Amino acid sequence: MSRQLETKLREAVASLFERGEIDLVIGHEAGSLPLRSRPVFVRDAADIERLVWGPNCTNNLAVYLPRLFAHPKNLREEYAPPTVGIIAKGCDARSVLGLVKEHQLPREKVVIIGMPCTGMIDPKKVEAALDGARIIGAREEAGSLTVETPGGEKTLGLAEMLADGCLECAHPTIDEADVAIEGEARSPADERYQRVAAFEQMSGEERWAYFSDEISRCIRCYACRQVCPNCYCVTCFADQTKPRWIGAADELPDLMAFHIGRILHQAGRCVECDACVRACPMDIDLRVFTQKMPKDVEALYGYVAGMSADGVPALLTFTENDDEGFISEP
Amino acid sequence: MSNEAGGWEPKIVAFLCNWCSYAGADLAGVSRLQYPTNVRIIRVPCSGRIDPLYIVRALQEGVDGVLVSGCHPGDCHYISGNLVARRKFALLKSYLEYLGIEPGRVQFSWVSASEGTRFAALMEKVVDDVRALGPATKMVKAPVGAPVGAE
Repeated sequence: MSRQLETKLREAVASLFERGEIDLVIGHEAGSLPLRSRPVFVRDAADIERLVWGPNCTNNLAVYLPRLFAHPKNLREEYAPPTVGIIAKGCDARSVLGLVKEHQLPREKVVIIGMPCTGMIDPKKVEAALDGARIIGAREEAGSLTVETPGGEKTLGLAEMLADGCLECAHPTIDEADVAIEGEARSPADERYQRVAAFEQMSGEERWAYFSDEISRCIRCYACRQVCPNCYCVTCFADQTKPRWIGAADELPDLMAFHIGRILHQAGRCVECDACVRACPMDIDLRVFTQKMPKDVEALYGYVAGMSADGVPALLTFTENDDEGFISEP
Repeated sequence: MSNEAGGWEPKIVAFLCNWCSYAGADLAGVSRLQYPTNVRIIRVPCSGRIDPLYIVRALQEGVDGVLVSGCHPGDCHYISGNLVARRKFALLKSYLEYLGIEPGRVQFSWVSASEGTRFAALMEKVVDDVRALGPATKMVKAPVGAPVGAE
């Protein structure tokens, strides 16, 4: 199924190049390891064959957009940004629309090539299912994933190998794609935020112990920030020195302050693409901490990030009757 | 902080907006209302000026409780500063509690310039809540000079 989509995708990109509607396409190409893909910037119709599509095209490519449209420093002349095509799953497209809403991109300069997303594989789940056997190759057929290992082939159910974020995804595709690749997408999940709900049921001390334990592994590589399309600030609060929000030593309260700060800055903006979760080299269970914010924003203000390029983000506006339940009365 | 008997006394930081809550605290003072002396007031231009990281930093520095107070909704000197802040505070409070910070540690309220009695009563409540919780331990950084390192 992903083969057909790949063909359709290449055809669509070829015709966009032919009609001169784009200067550049950001997509996925085959990675050097099985089950992995890496981002590719295609500037020439001759390179279209490099584009691939499958359940391993996990990267949220919207992260590359703001820097393409930022006026280069030291350039005095008028800067003419390219028109960019971006291959987007539902979450990626929502990131793009969120960036347009925050005036980081001109909408007319971005062509969203919307893919019908069927969910992305979590390679860690595959590795666990193989008991640590080395993966030499992998191919995906209708609903199953056949993995080659030195000891032979093993067929796994694709549905069991999907990332947790994809299993709870409410928006596998969105309507606002400029070019929609036809195909059957995953149906939106009914049960959402199950991990968060389970975490909320734990006692405060248990939650704090879990948070401390997870965050204590953080090495502050800032990979979670770098892969996030929303983190386009020229100077991140974590890098500021006046004031220095985050101390230079690796004290646990500083690690916590970084994560709390980062997640608070995502309030009303996080599209739950889980790029930060995948990027973490220390396997911190970030998902349970990042998901709380979009859950709360939706519950309190009925706002879901990235659903359209118009409108005002939840944290830039208010209503008279916003929740006051948290206010202390003497 | 210790009292004369050598016991523990909570230390509270209050971020008060210049136009309402700070004036409310002032009124409590000039009206000679008694309220606990555990509070250290930081005056800010508006409750909208509060960056959630201020509160995180206060907790890191070892305060036992944080109170943030501004004008009542609708009374903001800058029309809507407190209304935008209200969303930010609701999410921050919910998030800190989600992580396991005790609910009474960080509190938010509205006090107008004429509500000296409300300010005094609010301080009683915050100090009582924090006293019941005991000294803060979560997120507190080691004092300067202590050996560093996570855990």
